[in-house]
Amino acid sequence: MSDLLAAEPSTGVADAVAGVRITPVDAVGLEQRAAGLCTRSIKTSSKAAALDLSIRVMDLTTLEGADTPERVQALCARARRPDAADSSVPSVAAVCVYPELVPVAAEALADSPVAVASVAGGFPAGLAPLEFRLGEIGWAVAAGADEVDIVLNRSAFLSGRYQKAYDEIAAAKQACGSAHLKVILETGELGSYDQIRRASMLAMVAGADFIKTSTGKIGVAATPPTALCMAEAIRDMAEQTGKTVGLKLAGGIRTAKQAWHYLVIVGETLGGGWLAPERFRLGASSLLNDVLMQRSKLGDGRYQRREDYSVD
Amino acid sequence: MERAGGFNLEYAPAPESVAPVRLASQYGLFIGGEMVEPAAGRLSATVNPATGEALAEIGVADAADVDRAVAAARAAWEGGWRDLPGAERAKYLYRVARLLQERAREFAVLETMDGGKPIRESRDLDIPLAAAHFFYYAGWADKLDYAFSGRRAASLGVAAQIIPWNFPLLMAAWKLAPALACGNTVVLKPAPTTPLTALLLAEVLRDADLPPGVVNIVTGDDVTGAALVAHPGVDKVAFTGSTDVGRAIGAELAGTGKRLTLELGGKAANIVFDDAALDQVTEGIVNGIYFNGGQVCCAGSRLLVQETVADTVVGKLQRRMDTLRVGDPLDKNTDIGAINSQAQLDRITELVASGVAEGAELYTPPCELPERGFFHPPALFTNVSTAHRISREEIFGPVLSVLTFRTAEEAVAKANNTPYGLSAGIWTEKGSRILWMADRMQAGVVWANTFNRFDSASPFGGYRESGYGREGGRAGLLPYVELVA
Repeated sequence: MSDLLAAEPSTGVADAVAGVRITPVDAVGLEQRAAGLCTRSIKTSSKAAALDLSIRVMDLTTLEGADTPERVQALCARARRPDAADSSVPSVAAVCVYPELVPVAAEALADSPVAVASVAGGFPAGLAPLEFRLGEIGWAVAAGADEVDIVLNRSAFLSGRYQKAYDEIAAAKQACGSAHLKVILETGELGSYDQIRRASMLAMVAGADFIKTSTGKIGVAATPPTALCMAEAIRDMAEQTGKTVGLKLAGGIRTAKQAWHYLVIVGETLGGGWLAPERFRLGASSLLNDVLMQRSKLGDGRYQRREDYSVD
Repeated sequence: MERAGGFNLEYAPAPESVAPVRLASQYGLFIGGEMVEPAAGRLSATVNPATGEALAEIGVADAADVDRAVAAARAAWEGGWRDLPGAERAKYLYRVARLLQERAREFAVLETMDGGKPIRESRDLDIPLAAAHFFYYAGWADKLDYAFSGRRAASLGVAAQIIPWNFPLLMAAWKLAPALACGNTVVLKPAPTTPLTALLLAEVLRDADLPPGVVNIVTGDDVTGAALVAHPGVDKVAFTGSTDVGRAIGAELAGTGKRLTLELGGKAANIVFDDAALDQVTEGIVNGIYFNGGQVCCAGSRLLVQETVADTVVGKLQRRMDTLRVGDPLDKNTDIGAINSQAQLDRITELVASGVAEGAELYTPPCELPERGFFHPPALFTNVSTAHRISREEIFGPVLSVLTFRTAEEAVAKANNTPYGLSAGIWTEKGSRILWMADRMQAGVVWANTFNRFDSASPFGGYRESGYGREGGRAGLLPYVELVA
């Protein structure tokens, strides 16, 4: 077993993670297991339950430069009631936007169970000066964000400056106050599953409430093996320290089938306790419509037309 | 661990359809290209181990039937198969491989019905690997002149092949493909509890226009097997099964001039060092011992784990065992299906009881077993000593014994402390240690950071009481050829 911060044995972080061991990851075995989990057959009543659950854990997301208040308002309306024609469809977990649109979302979601999530901290690269990043987090929280999604400083992490990466997350956690902190690892840039596991442990020890795969801004986003790798890290964290950390998968999740593969991976790795919005999220923009379509197909055996669903 | 407002992700039944399978009520013997009645008219039922219900009546061949089959094989060999150019033999083998692929679903469902293994395994492993084996040896058929440098490979004649019940079609493929590629003809005897896919294979062989008599399939019991082994018209015997029977065959054939290869039992060590990728190790251990319900001769039935991580590994393992789904083998979400027969279930139960009686600590996850059929939950023994029966005898069931070690030397000593020597697993992130360990393992197959991986191109076979001879790869040609200058 390797110590998390073996490269910097004398730093304060090593003390902070005393007792947390990081086990290596075998890529072949990990991918084989993930592929195996994705062959689980989800039928009838299980499918119905999985579809509703994937709505309940969804962070409905829009992170475009061209976002408008109107688009965010429409998204919030869908978040509260995803299917205008069917009140049995549950609300999603949160709406995720850029800080500028947090006030719009906060107003639109007032008195609803749907949380407001904001990316902050120099999303998506996290390379702005730290004080600006922390300021942005504070601003978003003050504007009404219940949850803040920041990025891991990959520049620090990949160059082995783990202490810096750790300190920044710890500072971000402080800047969040009572808001929940999700740390995006941008797994597609980390280069190996060993690095993903190491970054997961670092973020969790530094104070992340959730660890999250991706920004959605680069080509490689959430994949089943990545999700499994992070879920295994979360399980180790819980076993070694008793701290429970959530998992958010984001980027490229477009179909209901992908969603329930992820539910299976999380459910079989971490147990049913993680299959709830407090511990698990699916960040997506176009997933909702496919889930609604599958849900309605399960009800009356027919597929709806794409035009029957909102484009936002 | 604290549980929030969680959710129990239950899997609704997802049974594979049995529609592709058309069962006859009765099956004869496949001799000389025809299905024929056994001479004495004896029949015996083959049972679905998941329900205990009979699937069909199967012919029991006696010495007279065996004699007919060997004569048909001899006639086919002398009548042209041995003289056929390799490229022509290859055509038949390729055809068989393709037909197996085309009818893969039917074979998978039938394999699961007759043998009790999960459909996930028969669908994803048994049938694809069987087809791959025919493809692989089809490729060798016209290259035999180049397989053994400077020497020519001549066929032997009639091969008698006796196969076990744990991988019925796959073992038939492992036996038939190299024998046919090398120009031999065959009398194949499937196991009494799992004859159906071999009989379906007979249909495929006919559809492939394989000349009559090149492959003959005689179903039956141990009397049939004994008659086949003893038959003077047989030039080569290949047996996969128990060490006791293998030993008896070896004694009987001594001095007869018949060639013999044996693939027998095992008690493999799966060795985990403390620097290994422990989550993938856990999967590897599970795959090593619970794959096909542990009814695998190379199963990793002894876990040797370094003391410093023993508690962690056992904890991870128990947690993982809790998620294993035991039940209807035809359900696509079943991980552990039925035990092959009542007799095998009795043996497993007896050995598990001996482990408890000898003082080892038993863990089985809370799981509901089906009310009928032959089922055994996955079992894990800790506090096991190397003297306990469960750590010495082959159980051939979903039962793992955990032992610990401190140093690599101790791991080697414990791993080799068995009369068997079929397979071993080594788990470490350190490449040099893998090589150091592999050099010292007295086992025919050594896996590193994986377990129970099979490939047609990779030789498989044992040391010591696990038998001799290799199947798969170029080495798998040797038992079926005479090398001449």
